[in-house]
Amino acid sequence: MKKNLLISLKLTGLMIILCAIIYPLLIAAVGTATPGGGNGETVSVDGKVVGYKNIGQRFTEDKYFSGRPSAVDYNAAGSAGSNKGPSNPDYLKIVQDRIDTFLVHNPGIRKEDIPADLVTASGSGLDPDISPASAFVQVKRVAAVRGLPETAVKELVDKHISKTILGPDVVNVLKLNMALDQLK
Amino acid sequence: MNGELTGTILIYLITLLLAYPLGRYMSKVFNGEKTLTGFMKPVEKFIFRISGINPAESMNWKQFLKAMLTINLLWLVYAFFLLVFQDKMPLNPDGNPGQSPDLAFNTSISFLVNCNLQHYSGESGLTYFTQLFVVTFLQFVSAATGIAMLMALLNAFKEKTVQHLGNFWNYFVKSVTRVLLPLSIIVAVILAFSGTPSGFAGKDTITTLQGDTMQVSRGPAAGMIAIKQLGTNGGGWFGTNSAHPLENPSYLTNAVETISILLIPIALVFMLGFYLNKRKLAKVIFGVMTFLFVIFCAINIYYETKGNPAIDKLGIAQTAGSMEGKEVRIGAAATALWSVATTSTSNGSVNGMHDSLTPISGGVVILDMMVNALYGGVGVGILNYFIFIIIAVFISGLMVGRTPEFMGHKVEAREVKIAALITLLSAFLIKGFTALAAYLVAHHPDIAWQVKPGAWLNNPSYHGFSEMLYEFTSANANNGSGFEGLGDNNIFWNVTTGFVLLIGRFLPIIAPIAIAGLLANKKFIPESPGTLRTDSGTFGVMTLAVIIIVTALSYLPALALGPIAEFFSL
Repeated sequence: MKKNLLISLKLTGLMIILCAIIYPLLIAAVGTATPGGGNGETVSVDGKVVGYKNIGQRFTEDKYFSGRPSAVDYNAAGSAGSNKGPSNPDYLKIVQDRIDTFLVHNPGIRKEDIPADLVTASGSGLDPDISPASAFVQVKRVAAVRGLPETAVKELVDKHISKTILGPDVVNVLKLNMALDQLK
Repeated sequence: MNGELTGTILIYLITLLLAYPLGRYMSKVFNGEKTLTGFMKPVEKFIFRISGINPAESMNWKQFLKAMLTINLLWLVYAFFLLVFQDKMPLNPDGNPGQSPDLAFNTSISFLVNCNLQHYSGESGLTYFTQLFVVTFLQFVSAATGIAMLMALLNAFKEKTVQHLGNFWNYFVKSVTRVLLPLSIIVAVILAFSGTPSGFAGKDTITTLQGDTMQVSRGPAAGMIAIKQLGTNGGGWFGTNSAHPLENPSYLTNAVETISILLIPIALVFMLGFYLNKRKLAKVIFGVMTFLFVIFCAINIYYETKGNPAIDKLGIAQTAGSMEGKEVRIGAAATALWSVATTSTSNGSVNGMHDSLTPISGGVVILDMMVNALYGGVGVGILNYFIFIIIAVFISGLMVGRTPEFMGHKVEAREVKIAALITLLSAFLIKGFTALAAYLVAHHPDIAWQVKPGAWLNNPSYHGFSEMLYEFTSANANNGSGFEGLGDNNIFWNVTTGFVLLIGRFLPIIAPIAIAGLLANKKFIPESPGTLRTDSGTFGVMTLAVIIIVTALSYLPALALGPIAEFFSL
């Protein structure tokens, strides 16, 4: 027993050094060579940081493409999903409200054209992406508010669809909106 | 959509392609043969010398268990105090507070038993210090404990009659230096280059494009995420685990992380074949596990890509599947695959919110944790499966009227009793505690507790019941995922699940090792034409039947009250 305890104490100390000190420091050292230097990749407009490439942010103004609903209102100090069950009546009412709000802000769009990802909350509450369909369905509104031709805005969306082999096609909302601000 | 389906199949096939050579490699490592990682030998020698370990000293099954329990007890005390006093320690750039004693009790046990119930959120509930010195540390050593215990089991059947099962410390150290650490470094580097933070900077504050102020949590996450996937611990750096865009930045990282969940558990099944030189037995075990795993995957992929029927009724386009609680870059199919992978292997990480899964998928992941032996947690998965084998051996023995045998050793009353008690134990813990919680919610919703039972549930009706059933099932399986809507950071849940975690970890380790130790001691009976071969397809089917019957009889009524009832209500 005493022998086991002594071994345990020493072995624990050595394992802490190996797994909790050397290993993370090694990865941190490698991380300095990555884009963002290991502290997350930021994106800037005119030299000013406006966000993180991988973290979604809140877009409430009609002149911007909006992202997905978020259970934490895009506050990346934390993260959370809604954790609403599929049959929860309160939840279904929230989704219905989102659909109604969307239709008010986007006249001329039919309900059956609204993609589900635009009215359901993401897992992290920080989803940076929407589906291409969710971007296209907002083109009309954004173009009208900005006084731009719809074709120009649609072209911009086309350019911002990133394809992955086998994975879903996505549109990074922040990058799309940054490009939109540059479009004159 | 077809691409996504192909994606899931490809992820699984790549896992198998990697697991096979890894299994062969691990067999060589634990056999003391030459391998590519021989350069770690001086490190191991140094560790053995400083700690006073003689790796050649072989232990009997009781000594083996004692060594394991001693060091685990030490880790429990160590982790508990660090968590309570984390606010007074360095590496806390965000100024997070210490954990309350009941939360620290739950958290320290949880990670000790290679689980991640995480009744806190990583961004605010831990400091960088405890993320590394408690969580990352335990993610390595608890996984290594599992592998070492598996080696004890295998050694019991390697030779004809043995007293000694090898040296616990030796297997433990080599699991870290030769398996977990090298693989983690590879995965962590991939993650770091894909956008996962690895530096020590604290929360950032920025002004968004629209002009809002926004904070972003960061930290040295990449290394921890690699070992939480590989060691089947599952505890995420961020609150939403691998749904978080920094924890799992792209479809590619999602593939890498999914492979990491399954890799070692599957490789250990192959290792069993190489190490014991019983490839056919390994094939049969792999076949049974894979059969159920693939069925579960197919069900979940079908229901998640099909979408939520209640959302269909609202009349919108649900072409990408059920997206509540899911991330666009990952998609419904890959989230469904992950949900089964993580519950099969007692991992517990998530890349989408399980609470928002459609009813049948939610039921499948609960069922998967109830079985808890489809590949299973690192090391312990095969120990769990071994219990099913013993019961299958016993029942087949009765059916053909012979004394049951396993690998040339008679399986007698004592061993079967232990195995039966262990299968009953799970059902007793899960259903007993769920019943208690449900009783409190139904009859005492307003007890004057800090968080009243009436406020526990995030969803009403059947789904609310599923939240409680899921939590205790997850605790018992040492899985760690949750229907996270449940308000579980309070004394009732912290303490009850803490005990379930402890019992659900250590008894299912002690029991198979005891059985193996007892069997190994017995006289070896050479195979004869009358022997029931455990490496035959017939016996595989028999084990499969035992798994299905035991879990169906134990849990179907509970599942009927939760997910199944919800399914029919939609």
